[in-house]
Amino acid sequence: MHAPTVVKIKRITEESPTVKTFIFDWKVENEIPGNFMMLWNFNDEKPMSLSLVDPVKNEIGISIRNVGEFTDQVHKLNVGDKLGLRGPYGRGFHIAGSKILAVGGGIGMAPIVAFSEEASKIGIEVHVISAASTMNEVLFSDRIQRSGAKLLTCTDDGSQGFCGFGTDLAEKTLLENDYNMVVSCGPEIMMKKLFEMVERFKLPAQFSLERYMKCGMGLCGQCCVDDLGWRVCVEGPVFWTDELRMITEFGQYKRDASGVKHNL
Amino acid sequence: MTIVEIELCGIKMKNPTMLAAGILGSTAASLNWAARSGAGAVVTKSFGMNPNKGYANPTTVEVTGGVINAIGLSNPGVNNFKVELEKLNKSVPAIASLYGANPEEFSEIAARVEGLVDALELNVSCPHAMGGCGSAIGQDPNLTSEIVRSVKKMVKIPVFVKLTPNVTDIVEIARHAEKAGADALTMINSLGPGMRIDIETGNPILKNRFGGLSGPAVKPVAIRCVFDVFESVEVPIIGVGGIRDYKDVIEFLYAGASCVQIGTSIMYEGMEIFEKIVFGLERFMNEMDYETVEEMVGIAHK
Repeated sequence: MHAPTVVKIKRITEESPTVKTFIFDWKVENEIPGNFMMLWNFNDEKPMSLSLVDPVKNEIGISIRNVGEFTDQVHKLNVGDKLGLRGPYGRGFHIAGSKILAVGGGIGMAPIVAFSEEASKIGIEVHVISAASTMNEVLFSDRIQRSGAKLLTCTDDGSQGFCGFGTDLAEKTLLENDYNMVVSCGPEIMMKKLFEMVERFKLPAQFSLERYMKCGMGLCGQCCVDDLGWRVCVEGPVFWTDELRMITEFGQYKRDASGVKHNL
Repeated sequence: MTIVEIELCGIKMKNPTMLAAGILGSTAASLNWAARSGAGAVVTKSFGMNPNKGYANPTTVEVTGGVINAIGLSNPGVNNFKVELEKLNKSVPAIASLYGANPEEFSEIAARVEGLVDALELNVSCPHAMGGCGSAIGQDPNLTSEIVRSVKKMVKIPVFVKLTPNVTDIVEIARHAEKAGADALTMINSLGPGMRIDIETGNPILKNRFGGLSGPAVKPVAIRCVFDVFESVEVPIIGVGGIRDYKDVIEFLYAGASCVQIGTSIMYEGMEIFEKIVFGLERFMNEMDYETVEEMVGIAHK
């Protein structure tokens, strides 16, 4: 049923000066990386990507960057405090391919770390580009290294790893390697550039999109994308390149809570 | 020979199903998608004069037999919505659902979109609207009449009026709307309003605390409303409330609806619901030897 289940925060991990991961006991059944949960703090409710899916320990986690009122309220919570969760929602990443490049930018690393762990666990070679503005904001390095995936860090200011944007490092990496799948989540401008790149390299790829959401259950139409009307909360948030070619607003604009368009 | 095409207020529809107002429908893209999925006509999400963010989340929660919602009529405003209406592919008739606070607002919005749609549906029945809109109007027969009259004076295209079941006597409101010039009546808007409270914390789940109930649970109420109003008005009735399969559609037709709208059940069935329902209806008509949908309208009244 599409109603929140109230759970207690089991653990909190400080990932960076701005990002915390909140971990909950949760009976993992259909949850996969790329799915999202609607997170209710008894004041507001927002979609949050799963950054941890552990079907053995029956734990899930969501990672939140403190960027506004809602995220600030959640960041102030402690272990044992309650939150409401409903989900999992949407179509997650399909784990396919034998050598995968996973590109995460900023808090977009949340589903990428969960994906990398799961894909590595079943024996797929995964290279992860973890892009951030600066070294203190590089996320999930320990988890990625522990998973067996190869970590390639990248910062805008060059304070850690490759100096430049995630897309610059992706281009270099794509030239040097023979991948048969690319997955990505991050700022849409980055994903748009990466999308054009994988089209050039003729590689199948999956991208996780973000749009303003209200119901999360496919009814309100708030997250429908042009021109085919697909609901990011049901048909997405993960789309394949052949679908993205038909999402004309990708990399162009988004609609706000009232439905007014804003250019990216 | 079974024919599912119908004509409603002079508008030809390839089948008697429409996408209901408020479910998807806030962009040309999702309206065109419903059309592509087999809907006989599409109704937009309600829009008003100015952009409106609606209520904060949670705006929707599932309950037994349906959903309660308090989206709060979020929309980008008539001028932005016109840009969407211009992008409709026109493969099926389009109906613009409008809301406002007074006759002037309704007729002004109606005038701005008249050239872009085939009909209007006046939302005087939203149970969680702010600022004197929605059911605050539809629960008042005189105010309803005033609004219908002013819109009818302004436009030439058919005007449907969507009624709220949350009144003592829906027949009275229906009669007033008809007398004021409504070309058809859409019934019912969501029921209640209702509430759901989280038992772990005691918090009402919806930010607005209460919201309109839709989905299969409201169907018996909708059927009764259609049945009662059918006996008292001449204009066609568009039945809506809890339709999930073709059998529900037949019940509405038998109660007196000329066609139906489908909304919440898209959550259960996906956009394929239109195609599935029309197929089921055709098969039923074939088995029962009905040639036209019209023959089935009001059968429960004999």
